[in-house]
Amino acid sequence: MKDAVFVYSTDLLAYRFRDDHPFNQMRLQLVKELLEAIGALSGEDIVKPRKATDEELLLIHDPSYVEAVKLAGHGKLDPVKAENYGLGTEDTPVFPNMHEASALIAGGTLQAAEEVMSGRARHALHLGGGLHHGFRGKASGFCIYNDTAIAIKYLRKQYGARVLYVDTDAHHGDGVQWAFYDDENVCTFSIHETGRYLFPGTGNVNEWGTGKGYGYSFNIPLDAFTEDESWLECYAKALEEIAAYFKPDVLVTQNGADAHYYDPLTHLSATMNIYREIPKLAHKMAHEYCEGRWIATGGGGYDIWRVVPRAWSLIWLEMAEREGGSGEIPTAWLEKWQKISPYPLPERWDDPVGLYRPIPRKPEIEEKNRLVLNRLLQFIKQTK
Amino acid sequence: MIVEEIMQKDVKTLSPRHTVQDALKLMQKEQIRHIPLLDQNGKLCGVVTERDIKEVAPNPFFPGEQLEKLSLPLEKIMKTDLLTGHPLDFIEDIAALMNDNRIGCLPILENGQLVGIVTGTDLLQTFVDLTGAGHPSSQIEIRAHNRTGILRDITEIIYEHHLNILSVLIYPDRKNEENRVLVFRVSTMNPVSLITHLKEAGYEVLWPNMPGMPR
Repeated sequence: MKDAVFVYSTDLLAYRFRDDHPFNQMRLQLVKELLEAIGALSGEDIVKPRKATDEELLLIHDPSYVEAVKLAGHGKLDPVKAENYGLGTEDTPVFPNMHEASALIAGGTLQAAEEVMSGRARHALHLGGGLHHGFRGKASGFCIYNDTAIAIKYLRKQYGARVLYVDTDAHHGDGVQWAFYDDENVCTFSIHETGRYLFPGTGNVNEWGTGKGYGYSFNIPLDAFTEDESWLECYAKALEEIAAYFKPDVLVTQNGADAHYYDPLTHLSATMNIYREIPKLAHKMAHEYCEGRWIATGGGGYDIWRVVPRAWSLIWLEMAEREGGSGEIPTAWLEKWQKISPYPLPERWDDPVGLYRPIPRKPEIEEKNRLVLNRLLQFIKQTK
Repeated sequence: MIVEEIMQKDVKTLSPRHTVQDALKLMQKEQIRHIPLLDQNGKLCGVVTERDIKEVAPNPFFPGEQLEKLSLPLEKIMKTDLLTGHPLDFIEDIAALMNDNRIGCLPILENGQLVGIVTGTDLLQTFVDLTGAGHPSSQIEIRAHNRTGILRDITEIIYEHHLNILSVLIYPDRKNEENRVLVFRVSTMNPVSLITHLKEAGYEVLWPNMPGMPR
């Protein structure tokens, strides 16, 4: 059995809305080449994504929606109808062959799930996936098909596995949460910037699930400008308690890399430290509760130059237990990409001290986050 | 919005001859704090609140001393000087009425019959609905000089960005009477270019701040 596989193909880069759209899968290529440059990724590690079948997409999505995506991608969907499906909007514009590109992403996450459940690999990473905002019948927040929800449903159906979903994207993982809100066999945990101002607006701590699923939905909304220590305190304590309480068979993580200070769409003040720690704890939990079964996806991440390549490489290095994620970034990689990067690329794996000006109300932000964390921990204690 | 849209129609009631103990039990079972009382003809004749009950309920520090009070009929403690509302009243009006009179519930009568009740909790829920994110969206707060056409001018800019507005709230700026704060929920994950545009047009965007720029 392999320790880990890396799901990748250049075809994944076809998921591209528009030249000026912030969701840019070119980051996948940047990550892959950075890992190759440090000698941590080779052809043997790579598995190609497959295209999800219609039947698989329908595990989560409405038939009429899938039909609409197909028509839209071939320029045959009426713009008024398109808007009802969230297509052709500023966030999810129509692009050629959008069904094919989206089905490949969904298939990539299914592929990752199969690699792990068949025992071919202990862990699998599909950075093209993690499109957690997609709804049953509507595109939302740059997401068309909700690959992660589809893969979770597949894990339920094919293997009867109890799934713990952990979402560290700076935006609330609403699509996945609502898909399993009444399901006691899928536990969702999302830690994100508060939805008071940030999209999508949900993800409050009191969204505990409904019906049989009550007590299997967890959220930690963090205050804007939250820094590493507070972010990690909430993540670590909550995840350890949730995993011990739910005892999953398999772990699915969504690794949006948009909580970084540099990210243009969010207001958290995290640095590369959290991206070093997030996969470490996920890895530990997978071995403690799931005999290692861990499927990781990408997600948001809109500074594709200074943040995503380092942050996502660190997931692979942790997962495959390989060296190379410290010290200097290889010169060859820097030279190649600096030519088109709009910002000076970081030359080291770790962010420098003093990356940003000190946050004025740090102790209050930490206190507020701790109160939210305590509400979650209290709830688990009472529910146990 | 009118009262019948938010009032609770399944009202738990008692009669004035029920006891303090009956009221305590009902409040605990139904998790409510107000009970309208109906006479033999089914007409509203009083209300007891959690506070009325607490004032006469046995004091845990002196057990036994006030036990007889549990069998006191509610007519001895009920409030009879009642304010009531009508299903067609406006929510804004009854909210002001309840606030001015410092009361926590308003029985709603139609043709003299009790048809519903509105409590402070219902009003809070309405507030949460009005300001909350029913659909995925980002929130933007703008402070602007209070003048005719300000809303039109701002929504014009939002329109130029092809963004759907899901809710709008305008309230007075507490620090400066000449200003208003306008709050929009817009259907996008990427409000950055809109915020830039608003700032270029001279508006003060209170929130969200540009990432990485604490106020």
